[in-house]
Amino acid sequence: MSESSPRTLLQHGLQTATLNALIALAIMVFDDRRSLGVNMVYSQCIGLLIWLLIEAGLYLLVQDRARHWRRLVAIVPLSVVLGYVLGTLGAELLLHTHGVGYLSAEPRKFAGLLVVSLLAGAAMTYLFLSRAQLQAERQRAEVALRLAAEARLKLLESQLEPHMLFNTLANLRVLIGLEPARAQTMLDHLIAYLRATLSASRASTHTLEQEFARLQDYLELMAVRMGPRLQFSLTLPPELRQQVVPALLLQPLVENSIQHGLEPQVAGGRVDISASVQGTQLCLQVQDNGVGLAAPVVDVTDLAGVAGATGVAVLAVQKGATCETGTAGAAGSTDASGRGFGLRQVRERLHTLYGSAGSLQVENQPGGGTCSRIVLPLQA
Amino acid sequence: MSTASPTALIAEDEPLLALALQAELQQAWPALRVLATVGDGASAVRQALALQPDVLFFDIRMPGLSGLEAAEELAEAWPTQGPNARPFPALVFVTAYDQYAVQAFEREAVDYLLKPVQAARLHKTVQKLQQRLAHVAPGANEAKIAATRANDFEATLTQLRGLLRLGLSGDVPAAPSVTPAVLALSAVAPEPLKVLQVSVGTSIHLVAVPEVVYFEAADKYVRVLTAEREYLVRTPLKELLPLLDATQFWQIHRATVVQASRIDKVLRDEAGKLQVVLRDRPEKLPVSRLYAHLFKAL
Repeated sequence: MSESSPRTLLQHGLQTATLNALIALAIMVFDDRRSLGVNMVYSQCIGLLIWLLIEAGLYLLVQDRARHWRRLVAIVPLSVVLGYVLGTLGAELLLHTHGVGYLSAEPRKFAGLLVVSLLAGAAMTYLFLSRAQLQAERQRAEVALRLAAEARLKLLESQLEPHMLFNTLANLRVLIGLEPARAQTMLDHLIAYLRATLSASRASTHTLEQEFARLQDYLELMAVRMGPRLQFSLTLPPELRQQVVPALLLQPLVENSIQHGLEPQVAGGRVDISASVQGTQLCLQVQDNGVGLAAPVVDVTDLAGVAGATGVAVLAVQKGATCETGTAGAAGSTDASGRGFGLRQVRERLHTLYGSAGSLQVENQPGGGTCSRIVLPLQA
Repeated sequence: MSTASPTALIAEDEPLLALALQAELQQAWPALRVLATVGDGASAVRQALALQPDVLFFDIRMPGLSGLEAAEELAEAWPTQGPNARPFPALVFVTAYDQYAVQAFEREAVDYLLKPVQAARLHKTVQKLQQRLAHVAPGANEAKIAATRANDFEATLTQLRGLLRLGLSGDVPAAPSVTPAVLALSAVAPEPLKVLQVSVGTSIHLVAVPEVVYFEAADKYVRVLTAEREYLVRTPLKELLPLLDATQFWQIHRATVVQASRIDKVLRDEAGKLQVVLRDRPEKLPVSRLYAHLFKAL
């Protein structure tokens, strides 16, 4: 079996030996011309050899059970016949009873026992394989469960960025003493934001109207923190309100615009979020007038791979056209400012849900700042 | 000056939090006068030089220069000699939850406050600051004061150097994807960078790292200078640095990393500032105070 470990192999061997012993006993009942000991040697030699041949056949020829299972039809009978003949010879060698075998003396009995061996071999193979399959399925289910949990946790972690949370709480603490009414409004936004984040981490979807409301919560929170350094607008045409989108899909893009676009600028800037229809597609756009994408940096894992493979560390770097134009590199690739994480996450979600019909493009705008554009199928 | 009431400067980009820190300080240290509150790193440096306060509260994450970069620049420009000499202010970094920063602060024994600022914690910080200001206060003899000041300044430089080495920079917020990966790479793979691939126009040039005389950060770019040529790469210096052999390539300034074997000599000017003279290039490179310790043997 493809995933046979030494332990399962030993287990199978013992189970086979037990079956062999039972068969030897059964033969004794029908044919008492030989001692139990002799029957046992024959039975074990034949049974164990058949089992080993089948295991080897499975190991070599049935790597992928879903595709190769038909080969079993050949492997099992062949192994049984081969095992039976060789096992008989082996037992005769062991017992020094050469030539007393069934083959020449009693061909009918020989055939009968061959059928018994065939049935036993097939039964054991079926038993072992179905058990292994069950185990493999259980393992697959566990892996899938773990991956889903990891993805959820990652989403939650990125959306509940501790730095953002604690800065917001710090602001709230001040506002409570200063302007209790404004503090309450801020707290309401925070509650709505947290609730949305926690439920979005359970991979749900919601309407575009809700999506924009949650973005507004986030932006209002940031506006309290950044004061006049943040301006924003949200544009959602009424006919698109009920479009269903993955929950908080735009959140990482807005966060990127603020954290990496506006926060580094002393004067701050603005973020404009809009939804529109382009043919049969829904287009969601996040624009800012911040510092823009930095140059793409090398993928560090690739770099390690190259260094490891050749023993020479190589750093691939791109030379920008000029500092002034500041053109974006490959759109959305990991840039030096750490935007890549959020972008990758958005891409993964789009890919899982829409395949090639959903896409994200991030590029620098001619006048400065970045523009992120998500395109996905419009629902009727 | 410090004989009168002690003074402070607050640099914090979130207006409400700046206000709050000022209010909390008033409670915890009524004698302290907050001279100004600024919202970005560059203004912090300017105002600190102009107002010469006793204590600085610098937020780590600020637009423009981060709190750490501002402190570095201030240390560079601070008058330590001559008639205008003043003791370097006591530095307190302020940050919201940020485990990397907190670890770095703890390791370098730097004073820091966490936002939201808690009264009890602020009280402790204030006590420490008061002690520190007390032992440079008049009463002791001149020479002793000067020695203490020099020691304090040296200690601050060491701390800043440590924080910078730990990769603490305010402008990449906890960057989960980039910084730890680079750090991890430099930790697991001791193999330093040997070749730089630089694309110039449509071709890719291979620049052997030992050929590089120095790297110089320019905005978001890094200039790579060999004896004959100059290239421009778009990888930030702080990401390039961990990939270089630290015994060969020395950081001598925030923006400059030079290959030690390409240094001809180091000059000291009247103001006590160091300048590196290169073998293969005509430029003289300034050494910042933070890295002057590299050339102590002179």
